[in-house]
Amino acid sequence: MNLLTLVLFLPLAGFLAALLVPRDRPGLVRGFVLVVSLAVFVLSIGLALPQAPAAQGYWFETNAPWIQSPAIRFHTGLDGLSLWLVLLSTLLTPIGILISWNHIDRRVKEFYAFLLLLEFGLVGVFVALDLFLFYVFWEVSLVPMYFLIGIWGHQRRIYAAVKFFLFTMTGSVLMLAAMLYIYGVTGTFDYPTLLTMLASGRWHVESGEQMLLFLAFFVAFAIKVPLFPLHTWLPDAHVEAPTAGSVMLASVMLKMGTYGLVRFCLPLFPNSARHAAGWIVTLAIIGIIYGALVAMVQPNMKKLVAYSSVSHLGFVVLGVFSFTQAGLDGAVYQMLNHGISTGALFMLVGYLYERRHSLEIADYGGVATPAPWLSTVFLITTLASIGLPTLNNFVGEFLVLQGSAQVNFRWTVFAAIGVILSAVYMLWLYQRVFFGEAGEPVRHHVYDLSRREWAAILPLLVLMVWMGTLTQTFLPAISASNARTLERSNVNVEFQVKARTPLVAGQAGQAEARPAKEPPDAR
Amino acid sequence: MSQYYTATDHFVLVPAIMLALFGCAILLFDFWVFPEPKQRKWLLAFLALGEAFAGYGLWQQHTYIAGQGIAELTAFQGSLVVDGFSLFFNWMFIAAASIVALMSYRYLEVEGEHHGEYYSLILLAQCGMYFLASGADLITLFVGLELMALCFYIMVGFLRSDKRSNEAAMKYLLLGGFSSGFLAYGFSLLYGLSGSTKLSEIGVAIARRDPADPVLLLAMVTTTVGLLFKISAVPFHMWAPDAYEGAPTTVTAYLSVGSKAASIAFLLRIFLGPLASARAAWEPLLVFAAIASLTVGNLAAISQHNIKRLLAYSSISHAGYMLLGLVAGNETGIKGVAVYVLVYTFTNLGVFLVIVALRREGLVGDNIDDLAGLMHKSPGYALLMLICLLSLAGIPPTAGFIGKYYIFLSLIQAGRYVLAAAAALYVAVAIYYYFRIVRSMFMSDAEDAGAMETTFGVRVAAALTGLGTLGIGIFPEPFLRFAGQSLIR
Repeated sequence: MNLLTLVLFLPLAGFLAALLVPRDRPGLVRGFVLVVSLAVFVLSIGLALPQAPAAQGYWFETNAPWIQSPAIRFHTGLDGLSLWLVLLSTLLTPIGILISWNHIDRRVKEFYAFLLLLEFGLVGVFVALDLFLFYVFWEVSLVPMYFLIGIWGHQRRIYAAVKFFLFTMTGSVLMLAAMLYIYGVTGTFDYPTLLTMLASGRWHVESGEQMLLFLAFFVAFAIKVPLFPLHTWLPDAHVEAPTAGSVMLASVMLKMGTYGLVRFCLPLFPNSARHAAGWIVTLAIIGIIYGALVAMVQPNMKKLVAYSSVSHLGFVVLGVFSFTQAGLDGAVYQMLNHGISTGALFMLVGYLYERRHSLEIADYGGVATPAPWLSTVFLITTLASIGLPTLNNFVGEFLVLQGSAQVNFRWTVFAAIGVILSAVYMLWLYQRVFFGEAGEPVRHHVYDLSRREWAAILPLLVLMVWMGTLTQTFLPAISASNARTLERSNVNVEFQVKARTPLVAGQAGQAEARPAKEPPDAR
Repeated sequence: MSQYYTATDHFVLVPAIMLALFGCAILLFDFWVFPEPKQRKWLLAFLALGEAFAGYGLWQQHTYIAGQGIAELTAFQGSLVVDGFSLFFNWMFIAAASIVALMSYRYLEVEGEHHGEYYSLILLAQCGMYFLASGADLITLFVGLELMALCFYIMVGFLRSDKRSNEAAMKYLLLGGFSSGFLAYGFSLLYGLSGSTKLSEIGVAIARRDPADPVLLLAMVTTTVGLLFKISAVPFHMWAPDAYEGAPTTVTAYLSVGSKAASIAFLLRIFLGPLASARAAWEPLLVFAAIASLTVGNLAAISQHNIKRLLAYSSISHAGYMLLGLVAGNETGIKGVAVYVLVYTFTNLGVFLVIVALRREGLVGDNIDDLAGLMHKSPGYALLMLICLLSLAGIPPTAGFIGKYYIFLSLIQAGRYVLAAAAALYVAVAIYYYFRIVRSMFMSDAEDAGAMETTFGVRVAAALTGLGTLGIGIFPEPFLRFAGQSLIR
């Protein structure tokens, strides 16, 4: 049992133990899960320490048989892509527990137990290196989130929970079918083995076949991202979820989709991914602008932040499908950035809700007077979210735009409009909530940050500055694994040359420039 | 021992003898030795003893076959056969019957219809199932089927003063008799075609004939109709919702797993045995029945308010999945059907067990709203129900996922991508209605605060089904190997 396995299974053990705590001791449950999740976080920091480059292998690899026939292995490991996402999950779980401390007053035990189960599923998704295992964790993470929304949510919680579950499930059963097909052809679910087979030409897929497989995976991930027009579950789920649920959903769960794109879609189906890149980028850009425009007119703060997520994640997809080193680095960095800044935004909106018991922007105004520290923290988070230099989002957005400009300058132009719009809706939100005359209810109910609330938000503020200034802490590992992904996505691009739609023209040219990579007798 | 009853014959027949013997003994002892209502728990002990003896007989068969390294052991001039397939299914029947008996005691007390015959009917029905799983002759199979069905007709109508129960029994009897007629007609044609009632000889005769022979087609269609009725596949499913709803819940549980598993065993024996050579002719029929079952079962379940009715439709859709494994026809597919039936047995018993446990004076417990707030009242049962529903929906890491996974894999290996995609998409529909129950349990508030009264037997049964459902999902390897041995070769 190595450190990674420990980080993976400790939350599960905590979940089971939390279930055994007597129902009438809510304080005990809270303390217990907080200790467990902090322990998991501290252990997971250990994962980031050995930065020795893992050439082909993975850090902390575990590879044990689980089911003999069909060959399914318990294969887990870390690389630069998954490392920071695992850390993001383990960091946000204790934070989610802290912000729910007084907020959750019924069925306390189950709430915190489900948070730990969710952590188990999320970490599992990021470390699984076997397609089947990945699918299992993918579904495991779904169930606790369904309950978090459905039991502790707001008025329309059941509708939102069912919608969330059905959307994700519909996509993922098709992904399962595609996985089984791959197994039928290759005889393995093992991700590294599949990559080797693909590179050596032992697993050769026809273009039409590859496109179908790609689409089955892509749709599952695109629903989770969510990519326009599959995003409709997201505003509902976010608005109805309790604060901790929104935070975990926005910060980590959405990353399951983008992670899947980078981890599976690009290296396993390189031709189709390049072939479809034009269309996908178009959808991503529509998402960027559409999300921003819709966010601008929202009267509800949570909905506004939810639509801003659609916009931000469009950047990630744009970066991924630019097929450039800068674009991919930016996309992965932006996944972390979005997790931190949007997570923080949801937390702050949750703080406001705990005070004023309303999510409507119109019910606020002048909050800066009674709560100066809260306003300051919100301002920093807002500025981070709109991409102010020296704060984290700037780095990610810059890299994504740079990467997309290398391929097609028009993409960059359209995407940059989204950056401007994000400043518009966020600053306007800030103005309407924090400035102006403080009404009677605001003066009466709104108070400044408590020590517990500081403890929850401070790590995120530190990370915003850290990630905006000291990018070298994070980027080298990400770049190394992205370079490998890009290399793999170049293994065979023979039919890519024919795919010349106007939008991918630049990139098709790139592909033509690399015919030497193609083994002459691949067919 | 004469040539008509050899030592081998006896060896093969022991489990069935034990089941029938103890079934009859319960009838006698019920009014003779234990006339007092309080003494009925001894009948349960009798049943356990009967299962234990039958299990011992099976175990001996198991070790004998494994020890000798032979594939099968035939008896009665080839009309009974013991092989991996029959052992696999018979072990399952023992598990199903025991769990059902465990949960029945208190339920029947509450219903006020606690009679000794009930336990004897469980054993006799299981005796019929034994012949369905190990029969290799049309007459043996038919008699086994009728023995099982007759017991179920009585059990479905066991609540004599309940109108719904009577109605269900009448419907089930009439439609069941009708389908048995079809089956008998098909069997007589098969006999006419081949001049034998032995499955192996029929197979040889059919393989020699032109597959498009109209008499053969007629024989096959009528046989298929009869079999599809028994597994409640569309379009012969109409009896299922009414019978499931009206029958005592414990009987519904037994019907949905025991009868279904035995009928699937029967169906596999016929289609993979004598009819294997006419695959091209029956495959389209089964594809149609499977897709129709998935469609009707899943769509009709959405609008149900009665859980037993909902589960009836869900069991129709599960019949569709099982048929798809047979349609794929490869080794994975047949293994998949076996795994699926095993998983379904534990899972469905778990679901019905929760409904049974809910039953008390003044609460029927078969409406979805009756489950409201179960999470507060009895978190343990709510958890069991959740695990079982996740398993029925096919979500990992529960057992149901392993079952569905094999069916999908076999379809993909057989190149039937459209069927695989359709079957996969219906999973999403199924989640919707299973989660209506979950929603009611976890997200609604209880209407009455009455706690559940359970007995030791119900708790043991709950533990068994819960462990089975989770255990097969997390450590599937031994169960998969067990199912793998059941392949008919």
